[in-house]
Amino acid sequence: MSTLTEAPPPLAPAAPEKKPPRKRGRFTPYWLLLPGMLWLVVFFALPMIYQASTSVQTGSLEEGYKVTWHFVTYWNALSEYWPQFLRSVFYAAAATVLCLLLGYPLAYLIAFRAGRWKNLLMILVIAPFFTSFLIRTLAWKTILADNGPVVHALNSLHILDLTNFLGWTAGDRVLATPLAVVCGLTYNFLPFMILPLYTSLERIDGRLHEAAGDLYAKPWTTFRKVTFPLSMPGVVSGTLLTFIPAAGDYVNAELLGSTDTRMIGNVIQTQFLRILDYPTAAALSFILMAAILAMVTIYIRRSGTEDLV
Amino acid sequence: MTTPDNSGDVRLSGISKTYDNGFTAVQPLDLTVPQGSFFALLGASGCGKTTTLRMIAGLEEPSSGTVRLGDQDVTHLPPYKRPVNTVFQSYALFPHLDIFENVAFGLRRRGIKSVKKQVEEMLELVQLGEQARKKPHQLSGGQQQRVAVARALINHPKVLLLDEPLGALDLKLRRQMQLELKRIQTEVGITFVHVTHDQEEAMTMADTVAVMNAGRVEQLGSPSDLYENPQTTFVANFLGTSNLIEAEVDTKNGDDIVLKAGGGKLVLPEARCSAPTTAGGKVLVGIRPEKISLTHADDAGEIPAGRNRLTGRIADASFIGVSTQYVIDSPVCDELSVYVQNVERDGRLVPGAEVVLHWSPAHTFGLDAAQDIDAGTEEEAAA
Amino acid sequence: MPFVTWLKRRLVVIAGLLTLAYLLLPNVIVTVFSFNKPKGRFNYEWQQFSLDAWKQPCGVADMCGSLSISLQIAVWATIGATLLGTMIAFALVRYRFRARGAVNSLIFLPMAMPEVVMAASLLTLFLNMGAQLGFLTILIAHIMFCLSFVVTAVKARVMSMDPRLEEAARDLYAGPVQTFLRVTLPIAAPGIAAGALLSFALSFDDFIITNFNAGSTVTFPMFVWGSAQRGTPVQINVIGTAMFLVAVLFVLTSMVISNRRNKQKA
Repeated sequence: MSTLTEAPPPLAPAAPEKKPPRKRGRFTPYWLLLPGMLWLVVFFALPMIYQASTSVQTGSLEEGYKVTWHFVTYWNALSEYWPQFLRSVFYAAAATVLCLLLGYPLAYLIAFRAGRWKNLLMILVIAPFFTSFLIRTLAWKTILADNGPVVHALNSLHILDLTNFLGWTAGDRVLATPLAVVCGLTYNFLPFMILPLYTSLERIDGRLHEAAGDLYAKPWTTFRKVTFPLSMPGVVSGTLLTFIPAAGDYVNAELLGSTDTRMIGNVIQTQFLRILDYPTAAALSFILMAAILAMVTIYIRRSGTEDLV
Repeated sequence: MTTPDNSGDVRLSGISKTYDNGFTAVQPLDLTVPQGSFFALLGASGCGKTTTLRMIAGLEEPSSGTVRLGDQDVTHLPPYKRPVNTVFQSYALFPHLDIFENVAFGLRRRGIKSVKKQVEEMLELVQLGEQARKKPHQLSGGQQQRVAVARALINHPKVLLLDEPLGALDLKLRRQMQLELKRIQTEVGITFVHVTHDQEEAMTMADTVAVMNAGRVEQLGSPSDLYENPQTTFVANFLGTSNLIEAEVDTKNGDDIVLKAGGGKLVLPEARCSAPTTAGGKVLVGIRPEKISLTHADDAGEIPAGRNRLTGRIADASFIGVSTQYVIDSPVCDELSVYVQNVERDGRLVPGAEVVLHWSPAHTFGLDAAQDIDAGTEEEAAA
Repeated sequence: MPFVTWLKRRLVVIAGLLTLAYLLLPNVIVTVFSFNKPKGRFNYEWQQFSLDAWKQPCGVADMCGSLSISLQIAVWATIGATLLGTMIAFALVRYRFRARGAVNSLIFLPMAMPEVVMAASLLTLFLNMGAQLGFLTILIAHIMFCLSFVVTAVKARVMSMDPRLEEAARDLYAGPVQTFLRVTLPIAAPGIAAGALLSFALSFDDFIITNFNAGSTVTFPMFVWGSAQRGTPVQINVIGTAMFLVAVLFVLTSMVISNRRNKQKA
């Protein structure tokens, strides 16, 4: 109501004690925003700047670091670690596709076919969250164990021969191979795919299915022409919520993989916490951030869904 | 003689509302709603009627002007300090409170401890005693509406504001609630200010109706006055249907004006003309469809003298039970509407028939021809 | 042929249930192996049934200590993030102010950023400031990444709230404070609760950001991570199973209660 002060004088004779227009509330939003935004600026935005600065510093732990605009660090980091970068993108993409393929039927089932079991199924999707994801990821070591039933079955069905041929597995093992890492990534981020999918599917009016059927669409056509396009917002945010954390993850590669499956997250972690080469680590982290932001921006633009938040 | 209690008067003087984005919802307007009356603000959506109501409630601060309740200036009082309560559009019942607590809300906020008896009486008045412990979403639309009325009335406000209170109800229930609200108003004697876009609702319920258009009050008066003697094309078209015929002032004859339309002459009582009537000036001649009689051209001689007449040909006829609605093309005006009661139907009155339309000059009204002839029609609203 | 038709009709159901099985299989394994008596240091192969670990859940050095640290951090992070996030959400929905776009991006970005990037950059900040890594730095980090999720959850709820409800309260003699306490807050409560629950789960389970900024403090996920290298005690599975059961029971009871309440009222 900021134009109150510019309002024309009242037509009626001025009341003897005319209070000024209320200004209460003009600064309220800023007070409400201040603490939280300050937190994000100091502990999210500022660190990004520090990191950018660290990435162009030279020096050593003993003598300290100085900003020398040493951009060569970026070049060196990229030329040394491009395989890990590529691998991260590839694994994350594979996990995202798998999540979509696995998650869509479940989200669809919960949204349209579950009836009174809906709530129970939702709980079962969310419940695993409450057990530490590290413990659950370790359980995959048991599931995919070399002499376990899963590997046995894959072996006797000759699926392992195929995956060996594709380079996803090696020998009679699944553990310590790319397949195990992708399997772990898929597992860990599956709920992040299912929940947004479910949300956008649930919004679809069930009568649309009937209308499509009424207009001579077969079930599969109905899905392709009506359901799937309408669930696009869920597909977009689901893939983002899966791809982004998967690309930066190093837990699955570390627990289920081997030195040949190291992802960029592993490299950043090692550089930062063990080798203590801060400029290289910062440069790698910065590249990862830039790459992901670029990909996300392009993806959101192309899919035309800008209101994800 | 006792001094009349006027503490329930609502007096708006020079009140207007312009939003930050420059849109003026309400042009400066003066309005007095007398104590104890049932007052309706009628208009299409966006005409400023709801904004006016919200300024009385205190939910919107006027850009200029003052709001008075009786002698008290409440212009700058926040809503919770005004002795005014509102029945909101789609009710705005608190979903987290049950019916009892919804109704008790206002009493509790004013620090009244023992609310039980009052709330129960109020719920009885609106026939919801059984539902006290239900949540709003468990009630039907009509029941929710009654809760909203009870929640407002229990505070004994000086004025009750109703913002499209029946908009969410189906037609049958709406009729029923119209009568119910009217009954309650008569019973409690509080000033009601009712906002609606439904002209039938306004005319059934209100003593006084203010027709609003584009932030201004077009005309104010009793329902019958507005209907019989509209003063703008908007009111003529928005309240019911009007036939408006362009004519030219010819001569004055005592209290009547004689007008030329096409080749014929029409007579209009000067008192019923809101337009300037200089000779040669243009005037819109208005006549309601049910005031017109139809006679087949062959019987034109039987029409009594002194009546206004037009000739035409029936373009369309639709039978709707109590009456037949004709559309008639006349040389002076296309698509005239005529409603004829189905008392004695003339079998010759079928599409294509040549007819004479005639009516008593006393039913004619005259409007300023400078206005948009289609203002307030449905065609215009759809455009 | 009838079998094929039957299969076709239930394809979605079968595929969905298979996915559900994939999601739940690790939890089953965790539970089963909490009754194992492994031979070596690692609890990856089934040996024999035993209740030893359940009898002594804290029988492993430092594990319950780390659990308590994690719980404390989760509680404080939840309180902090819920408070700050709710304030932001209300400002975003209810007020107009400058720099809305910047505020929105600053809230969106932490959710669109790989954890390892936030972890690494936050560590550079702490190192540059010479901050002592530990409980406080973990808490700061957790509040930071939980904040955005609270804002999103509360914002959705407040946005779907009819503004007329607050107008009705003001119309019925409730001042600004009363309106907020009696109407706004109770109606926004489910959103705030969802944000708080999410914060708790995210904070309690966080490993990557914590690992970078913990110094010598060991949270429960960090303990599990370390044990994956040194040897996994069965007690880890006991804690995992117990957490799962408590969570499911909690949700089921609240569901049953709300169901019963609805039935009574109807």
